[in-house]
Amino acid sequence: MMRHLLSVDDLTRADIERILGRAASFAEVSGREIKKVPTLRGRTVINLFYEASTRTSSSFELAAKRLSADLVSVKSSGSAVDKGESLKDTVQTLSAYDPAAIVIRSPHAGAAALVARWSRAAVINAGDGKHEHPTQALLDLYTLKRRVGALEGLRVWIVGDVLHSRVARSGILAFSRMGCEVTVCGPPTLVPRGIESLGCEVRTTLDELGTADVVYALRMQRERMTGSYVPSLREYAARYQIDGRRLGANQLLMHPGPVNRGVELASEVIDSPQALIVEQVESGVVVRMAVLYELLAGRGAPAGVPARPATEPQPA
Amino acid sequence: MNRVDASGRREVELDRAPVRPATVLIRGARLLDRRAGLDGRADLLIRDGQIAELGDSLAAPEGAETIDAEGLHAFPGFVDPHVHLRTPGREDEEDLDSGTRAAAAGGYCAILAQPNTEPVVDSAPVLRSLRERARAEARIPSGFLAAITVGQRGERLTEMAELADAGAVGFTDDGLPVRSAGVMRQALQYQRLAGRPLALHEEDPSLSGDGVMHEGEVSALLGLAGIPSVSESVLAARDCSLAAYEGGRIHVQHVSARETIEVIERAKAAGTQVTCEATPHHLVLTDDAVRGLDTNLKMNPPLRGESDRAALIEALRSGAIDCVATDHAPHAREEKEQPFELAPMGVTGLETAFAALHTELVLPGLIDLRVLVERMTAGGGLFGLPLPRIEVGAPANLCLADLDAEWEVGESGYESRSANCAFAGRRLTGRVRITIAAGAVAYRERTFALGAVA
Repeated sequence: MMRHLLSVDDLTRADIERILGRAASFAEVSGREIKKVPTLRGRTVINLFYEASTRTSSSFELAAKRLSADLVSVKSSGSAVDKGESLKDTVQTLSAYDPAAIVIRSPHAGAAALVARWSRAAVINAGDGKHEHPTQALLDLYTLKRRVGALEGLRVWIVGDVLHSRVARSGILAFSRMGCEVTVCGPPTLVPRGIESLGCEVRTTLDELGTADVVYALRMQRERMTGSYVPSLREYAARYQIDGRRLGANQLLMHPGPVNRGVELASEVIDSPQALIVEQVESGVVVRMAVLYELLAGRGAPAGVPARPATEPQPA
Repeated sequence: MNRVDASGRREVELDRAPVRPATVLIRGARLLDRRAGLDGRADLLIRDGQIAELGDSLAAPEGAETIDAEGLHAFPGFVDPHVHLRTPGREDEEDLDSGTRAAAAGGYCAILAQPNTEPVVDSAPVLRSLRERARAEARIPSGFLAAITVGQRGERLTEMAELADAGAVGFTDDGLPVRSAGVMRQALQYQRLAGRPLALHEEDPSLSGDGVMHEGEVSALLGLAGIPSVSESVLAARDCSLAAYEGGRIHVQHVSARETIEVIERAKAAGTQVTCEATPHHLVLTDDAVRGLDTNLKMNPPLRGESDRAALIEALRSGAIDCVATDHAPHAREEKEQPFELAPMGVTGLETAFAALHTELVLPGLIDLRVLVERMTAGGGLFGLPLPRIEVGAPANLCLADLDAEWEVGESGYESRSANCAFAGRRLTGRVRITIAAGAVAYRERTFALGAVA
């Protein structure tokens, strides 16, 4: 049984398939009028977000609530974090509430692993610096699988700023593990040296994009423009933007959001039937429910503490 | 007064607290000193701090302590030209007492401290007060380097001549490169007046950027900003060119990359006065160890790839790398208990240097023990200090080590005030039992059973 979800690298193909299967069963719950199951009643989930996030934090909140967990959301601004408290002290403080899970988003690589060391809770990495974003990769797999059925042998191109992208790193690992052939493509200044060791091909032009079954565009952050990673947005868009001419009729399009219209994607492809972007967002909730279930269901209260009966009312 | 010194090897004075000169008879150790042509079992008598006699079955003079060193090796004391004692300013991390105790525990009989303190050692009054403190607190002879530029800001030279007169052993902006080639050239020109080597931290900040580890496959996997090898080698190449042009003398600190070794080998072959050092952590570990994001493996320059490590070992063997230096850099626990990207650069290493190199280089046959000992004792000579020798008439600078002792480097239990050791948690073979520095016993391992004879 998995204890934490820190990296896609920790997951076997069987782990991934089990989580995706569970997500599919939660999708059925999401279709009901009352979208709630009692699975995690009486358990506490803490969302600890050190970075602004809309879709990841809200989908984790919804996922926890639909599993009937008690949820505490801590955002860095206005909290003790803002007052200079160290990550370790914050985690130890929050751990005093005996959470079953801590979901952490941090601008720093390895933060989730540190939380796992400092707390008894199950820890879910909701993005650690430019390192990994495993639940994004899982929801991408789930979304794609729903659309195409089998992932094995699919050719996936990940296009854009690979250097600064945790989505790219988790994506390369996850797609490869499921038997896809992954190619990353971006300006040479935005593709890290050594990335091919993760098991992907590297391209610096879109010339062979036609060979892809799936085009996964990464968000191009505007602040990268000032670092002279690319000479101009114009040149970037001219060479790497996925538009109606470049995206073939049989190719699928994915993007982790939020999209910069007119930069990495042209409007016509965002709104095309090939785009899975909205489905990716929808998948976020059920996949995160499945991850919480995977880590917490069946895992009792910590050793030495009597398990609380599920019927006992929880303090507010 | 003519300060110009063609050899660059003026007498350098080190400082330490007052000691009682030892009179000790060491029985039965295997004496190993390649410079003195020594490799064999003998008794060694230290009288009033000097090596008085070498031979078989020496008699202990009255009042002498006898140490039964059967099964132990005696080496010339190690000399570390690159240590951060954090004093003045961060005595919570290290002070002159704890730092020199850590050095003695590692078998060191002398160390040279870096000037990147708070305040920076960039004026004679700061240097004088530090030396005065060393004369009260330092357990082994300690020398101090002064900054090349005021505040280590890379803009204006320090009063190098006055600092040299006040006892600066050398000059360095360690921790930072001298960014401007023009300022570096001026420092080399001014060296003709001040004497003393310039010790250089070679790193081009425009290439290392906000990097936190070696640029390579591991940084790509971890999503950490990388410091490319060429960040070091391009600045080393610049400074070798400048040193050759000005006839200056430079010492390249903590060489980490294969490319830098190539630069230095070429410069040496061309007759440039350049020496260099490598650290135990760069000789033993690679970026592969950083996968777990242990902040005790974060330092600058970073742990590099296996081909870099192999090149460092080969260069240490050949002498292209002149000496081992620890770059002992203590940091407070709370500073290291952070995500990798936020933690400060630097690891401690005085207490584990010999054991780590013995375990990882000597035992697997990568380097000969005698060569390792020579490189560990050579660092002071590059700054004009006499080389420690095991020979009659020399001041007693030596350490006794048990090469069979196995121990685990702990999370705590250091003589140093800090515990950010790169080798924490590793099992090492070889342990320093006793260190005698400039004629006085500076360290005894606490569990060492002395064969004391009344």
